[in-house]
Amino acid sequence: MIEWIVGIFLAIGVIFNFLASVGILRFPDVYTRIHASTKCTTFGTIFIVLATISYAIYSWKLEHDPAWITIAIHSALVVIFLVLTNPVGAHAIGRAARKSGIRPYGAVIDELEGRL
Amino acid sequence: MTAMGSFMWALIILLFSAMLTLIRLLVGPTIPDRVVALDAMTTTTAGAMVIYGVITKQAVFIDVALVYAVLSYIATLYIARYLVRKRVGMACECEGEAV
Repeated sequence: MIEWIVGIFLAIGVIFNFLASVGILRFPDVYTRIHASTKCTTFGTIFIVLATISYAIYSWKLEHDPAWITIAIHSALVVIFLVLTNPVGAHAIGRAARKSGIRPYGAVIDELEGRL
Repeated sequence: MTAMGSFMWALIILLFSAMLTLIRLLVGPTIPDRVVALDAMTTTTAGAMVIYGVITKQAVFIDVALVYAVLSYIATLYIARYLVRKRVGMACECEGEAV
């Protein structure tokens, strides 16, 4: 049972992280790369940490070793911090790229042209 | 497949994804491309560190992942500030006067 839960969560997380890497390699523009990388890596890491937490709780109920509880709580701290900080960093980078003069790839109408 | 085997395979594929991101970090044409690649690589490596901490049953690696994420966030914000202002090390917003 725990093998299936951990396997499914890990598969979702790893697939999304891999798709983020492919998107960073293949997309033509910095804004589309932000779009690919930030959402996919955040979502994938959430599922990886879900697999970690479920396996740690299962092992704690099996062995009654408090190190597993430490591992679960610290993993939850990691994912809470990533969810809080990753969108902020991506927004800052996108805003800085637009302000430093990088235009979107293939843009026809630029409504922010004279306002920056 | 046991749960440990799943964790091992996930670790291998995550590190492979981090290597793919490293290509964009090396060849990226502009600075924001490199910063985005660095951010994605840091998040992927933090997930890999969490998995490695579970495999070796030591919480120290997960603390390392936490500190790594914090440092990457601060570096991203600082490089964004550098891209807008084109100078580093200034704390105040004063215009013109040399500080």
